Amino acid sequence: MKHALRNTAAALALAASAAVFAQQGPVEIIGLMELSGAGATAGTNFDNGVKLAVKEINASGGILGRKIEYTTMDTQSAPQTAKALAQKAVDQGAYVVMGPVFSGSFVVSMAETRRAEIPNFTGGEAADITQKGNPYVFRTSFTQATAMPKLARYIKDTVKAKTVAMVWVNNDFGKGGRDAMTKALEAQGIKVVADISTDPGQVDFSAAVLKVKQSNADAVFVYTNEEESARALRELKKQGYDKPIIGETTLTGQKVIELAGDAANGAVAHVGLTVDAPQPAIKAFDEKFQKEYKYKSDHNGMKGYSGMYVVKAITEKVGKFDDKAFAKALHGATIKVKDYPGVLLDVHFDDNGDLDRESFLVKVVGGKQVVMETLPPVHPIQ
Amino acid sequence: MADFLQLVISGTATGAIYALCALGFTLLWQASGTINFAQGEFVMLPAFMMLFFINSANLPLWLAFLLTCIVAMLLLGYAFKRAIVDPLIRHGVIPLVIATLGLSIGVKQLVKAGVTAQALPFNSPFPDGLIALGELKVSYADVGTLLVAGLIVIGLQLFLNRTVTGRAMQAVAQNTDAARILGINVQRMVLYTFLINAVLAVVAALLVAPIYLVKFDMGESIGLKAFYAAIIGGFNQTRGALLGGVLVGVMENLTGAYVSPSYKEGVALLLFLVVIIFRPEGLLGKSEERKV
Repeated sequence: MKHALRNTAAALALAASAAVFAQQGPVEIIGLMELSGAGATAGTNFDNGVKLAVKEINASGGILGRKIEYTTMDTQSAPQTAKALAQKAVDQGAYVVMGPVFSGSFVVSMAETRRAEIPNFTGGEAADITQKGNPYVFRTSFTQATAMPKLARYIKDTVKAKTVAMVWVNNDFGKGGRDAMTKALEAQGIKVVADISTDPGQVDFSAAVLKVKQSNADAVFVYTNEEESARALRELKKQGYDKPIIGETTLTGQKVIELAGDAANGAVAHVGLTVDAPQPAIKAFDEKFQKEYKYKSDHNGMKGYSGMYVVKAITEKVGKFDDKAFAKALHGATIKVKDYPGVLLDVHFDDNGDLDRESFLVKVVGGKQVVMETLPPVHPIQ
Repeated sequence: MADFLQLVISGTATGAIYALCALGFTLLWQASGTINFAQGEFVMLPAFMMLFFINSANLPLWLAFLLTCIVAMLLLGYAFKRAIVDPLIRHGVIPLVIATLGLSIGVKQLVKAGVTAQALPFNSPFPDGLIALGELKVSYADVGTLLVAGLIVIGLQLFLNRTVTGRAMQAVAQNTDAARILGINVQRMVLYTFLINAVLAVVAALLVAPIYLVKFDMGESIGLKAFYAAIIGGFNQTRGALLGGVLVGVMENLTGAYVSPSYKEGVALLLFLVVIIFRPEGLLGKSEERKV
């Protein structure tokens, strides 16, 4: 009897210490990233951004005293792989899941994290991601529904174009962008005279560019992923296209500039995030990222980095590691740079998980992004 | 009309790159009965090699190109023949097809894991800008591509028809046994074909890398289209490969512009199907009879 009592007491003590350890051991965050395939550029950058933030957060004591253990899984840019990996992340007990970055993968994989009620951040911009009533999905960038109207206004007021040719990539990201942009252009009274779809991973843009030239539009709007954007820019230059080339975020991304070389010069885009922005927090990020990875981050690196700091900010606001409370607290939350410089810009999340913050109009000059204008948030951040 | 001509010219330039690759297909087939489904990767590897020489060793493009030709001849010519083709060819074409398919996947994955999964930029060997002939505007890149591919093809034809070695190679292609009886070193001639194929792949890489960007999977589409082009033109005719390549390039451009860019990628496959149904020996090919 005495022995049994002692054994029970020992077992209870062991169980209690295990529970204490579980709450004090590292917290698991899993990244579902496009490390290969068509999205390799976007995924690798996003992943590097997350890793840098994790390294910094861990160096400064972690979140609520717990270190972050970050693991990346390669979705190979394939939705079915992303879905399977999301299930794996759930099984491994992830606190938060970062990614995938590609909208097409995310809309498939987010069902798994939703079922498990785990907050899931994406770099995807397709408008419909946050329109499915999923309370666990959060963006790290603008939705196309926010970005495109800003760009359409620029095309009307500054470029003064009356007709536009549109080259877009036929995936969820591209289709969403095309629909949002068509609507935004219509609202400004601008006509789309050529509507050209291209394939994900397309290597030859000669026919698309010929079609753009044939349309005789006042400007071309290019909305494709990174590598395809670079190929499109190279082809536009090769065929001597001399009208304004306009895009949204990806077109003037750092990787696109690197891949397109001189052909990127002159391209204009609305970007949610750019390392060339004048804000001190962004400058500091730029330096740290370059020191860590020996190259300049694009917007995806910034999305991953700031997304991770949003996790830190909200978890600290909640005061414990609780998935449901986290999701609830992030809806309607505002996080300011003065409290968390890692979020890079003051940011506000709405009830759908969409975010609002300042954005930029940039132009590529001499192989560099130059910020022409800082655009205010759609709704002023209090 | 200017539009149409422009489409034909730039299509011919793209087609010329397919043709270089397709030429390699037909040469290997004729000389040794080899079908190389890793042909696309034979274009991808030299692109990475050239980049390595340019970026790591700071060599100018022409020197990088020459060095890559040498490495490619050793690796994609000699080593490929000795390590893969020679041991397998005696078992027939099918084991070799499977082996080259495996090689294609293996090489891609090796580059993806060992070098990078991301695309890398490659500067065009030709200047930017357009040549205007009235309404017709042609880019230097297209003209340059046509010139380089044209010179290579003419040079190859001259070599095959006007030199003793070239004629010996043709003799091997036409009838290996008779060639051997005539005292031709068949193995050596076959090796030459493999070396030529490797160089053709390097030239194709030089021309295509600025457009496609250098990436582990850049060879997929070009390898496949070259294969279609070779079948369309006639697998047992070098002229057939040229015609097939150019036809695919031009038809792709015309479809892209006049029908829809979405259908462009399917053009080669459609042509391939039509040819294989109505003229299986290819447009310029000769039908082969098999003796029992």
